Amino acid sequence: MLRVIGKRIALLVPTLLGLSILLFVWVRNLPGGPATALLGDKATPEAVARINEAYGFDRPIIVQYLQYMGKLLSGDFGVSLQTGRTVTEEFATRFPATVELTVVALVFAIGVGIPLGYWAARHVRKWQDHFSVVLSLLGIVIPVFFLAFILKWVFAIQLPWFPTDGRQNPRINATHITDFYVLDGLLTREWDAAWDAFMHLVLPGLALGTIPLAIIVRITRASVLEVVNADYVRTARAKGLTEKLIRNRFILRNAMLPVTTTIGLQLGLMISGAVLTETVFAFSGIGRFLRDAIFTLDYPVLQGFVIFIAIFYALINLLVDISYGLIDPRVRVQ
Amino acid sequence: MSMTLPPSGGSELTPGPGVPEPGPGAGAPPAPSRRGNSVWRDAFTRLRRNPAAIAGAVIVVVFLLVAAFAPLIAPYGGNDLPGRKEIIPTHIPGPGEFEQYLLGLDRFGGDVFSKLIWGARASLVIGVVSTAFGLVGGMALGLLAGGFGGWVDNVIMRFVDILLSVPNLLLAVSIAAVLGQGQYAVMIAIGVSAVPIFARLLRSSMLQNKGADYILAAQTLGLSRRTITMSHLLPNSVGPVIVQATLTLATAVIDAAALSFLGLGGGLPQTAEWGRMLTYAQAELGIAPQLAFLPGACIAITALGFTLLGESLRESLDPKSR
Repeated sequence: MLRVIGKRIALLVPTLLGLSILLFVWVRNLPGGPATALLGDKATPEAVARINEAYGFDRPIIVQYLQYMGKLLSGDFGVSLQTGRTVTEEFATRFPATVELTVVALVFAIGVGIPLGYWAARHVRKWQDHFSVVLSLLGIVIPVFFLAFILKWVFAIQLPWFPTDGRQNPRINATHITDFYVLDGLLTREWDAAWDAFMHLVLPGLALGTIPLAIIVRITRASVLEVVNADYVRTARAKGLTEKLIRNRFILRNAMLPVTTTIGLQLGLMISGAVLTETVFAFSGIGRFLRDAIFTLDYPVLQGFVIFIAIFYALINLLVDISYGLIDPRVRVQ
Repeated sequence: MSMTLPPSGGSELTPGPGVPEPGPGAGAPPAPSRRGNSVWRDAFTRLRRNPAAIAGAVIVVVFLLVAAFAPLIAPYGGNDLPGRKEIIPTHIPGPGEFEQYLLGLDRFGGDVFSKLIWGARASLVIGVVSTAFGLVGGMALGLLAGGFGGWVDNVIMRFVDILLSVPNLLLAVSIAAVLGQGQYAVMIAIGVSAVPIFARLLRSSMLQNKGADYILAAQTLGLSRRTITMSHLLPNSVGPVIVQATLTLATAVIDAAALSFLGLGGGLPQTAEWGRMLTYAQAELGIAPQLAFLPGACIAITALGFTLLGESLRESLDPKSR
């Protein structure tokens, strides 16, 4: 198992290296060149010359790339043009918000998706099945940001059950230790702060979780249908095992492998979705910051965030691969 | 899996004079022109009996007609602001308030009905161009990887992995950042982010078909590798790619709307694009929700049409469903 993990991590290296080359080329092709991109509005000829010297943009391309890599490896992603803080710092304060949002979305998607998919498969070609299929189709074709609008209009404007935007009511003077607001509230025992932060997560979480939900329903349904008539299920039934045991140990466990892959893949898509959802709900996570960075042409932020997200995404996929081994012993042997 | 498309008749084995050598632009769907009981004809027969496929086709056809005849249907031009004078900050005229503006006005004074119709055209252009871009790029990479194998395959697939290591929308956003805001940037961005899936699909489908008997037969007949790849392997492997292209059209319409919602579309603020209309609907959600719901519904319905069609096509090409 450890060897498998080691091999996977080793495989990550060329991918990330390639990505860094692409990003390097990318920065050099930004409108106005890297110095102008780094300086933004402050790009006077003297400042450009200073940046070119400081960053070594006048040196040979290989030297430049090595310098750039050296900076990346030492965690220096530059400074945000808009806030003046380092990109790493910006990422670190906003990432928890997006993680919180993603966790809520994922819990919703998995918690509803797997039972719904199972339910559809057990009533295949009946109304329950059609209902789930139609529902998942709708989940796929309705754009995330449009769904966010609908949820916001219904549950925050027409029915004032949930807050319309933000992460927490600014009037609550909450203490923040970890920047995970719900967790902070629980740790400091400021229950109202935790509850308020949670209420702010519900609508964006539902919006963000719908596409993964739809896909999890389909995959669960399909993979339960694959195993439900398998010989070992029939054997288990013939042995007189209870339906509950058959469901949990034989059907679901075997059907979960494709579902796990899907969930891993969905996490990457959810980062895309977070950009949109956070924009609609003015939720200050990495997605919304990235969106603002596009407008203000904050290239250090764009570049740094893309690398962070790619690394994060790669790690998630690694975890998914590892979890195969936990779910399916056959994978472990290979 | 639905990847395998076994050749249907023995006629496939001999490259008769009637089989044209596909040129460099071999991206066109090759099979429908073939006579005999081809898989495609067979699939088409089954497609016609599938209500979901019919529904999808109807939506797509209506969408195409609206996009094509936008100038005839829409009472006003896409970027016109006929009702500029009726707009006051606290009130945006809704549907039915003015006889000449069927679905009301937006905050700029544009006619919502006309903008929805012109928006169909914008979506169609972006969707088709970006899908075509992704299709051509992805098929070229997939063909090289699947055709040559070995180190070519390795290099191309690692490159595809790199593209896949960045989430789609983020990749599109990064590309648009270099190209600047505008329609072309959006098309290229969506196209590039669709390249990996086409490349992978074509490659894996070609690898699956490589061991097939008809390939062996063609090799035995002494055909060149190029002829085998282009006239036998490619046409028989392209099925999943075409299915995916239909589905990609749906995501391209959604992604185009997402990018222009994020403000990457460029041009005037009142440009008639569904995603753009949603951007500006944000501030007025409380007083004029129809400004968000109408374009949103258009995006969803169009995506639904392409998705239904694509999925039915996939099903009908699946040998298991016969």
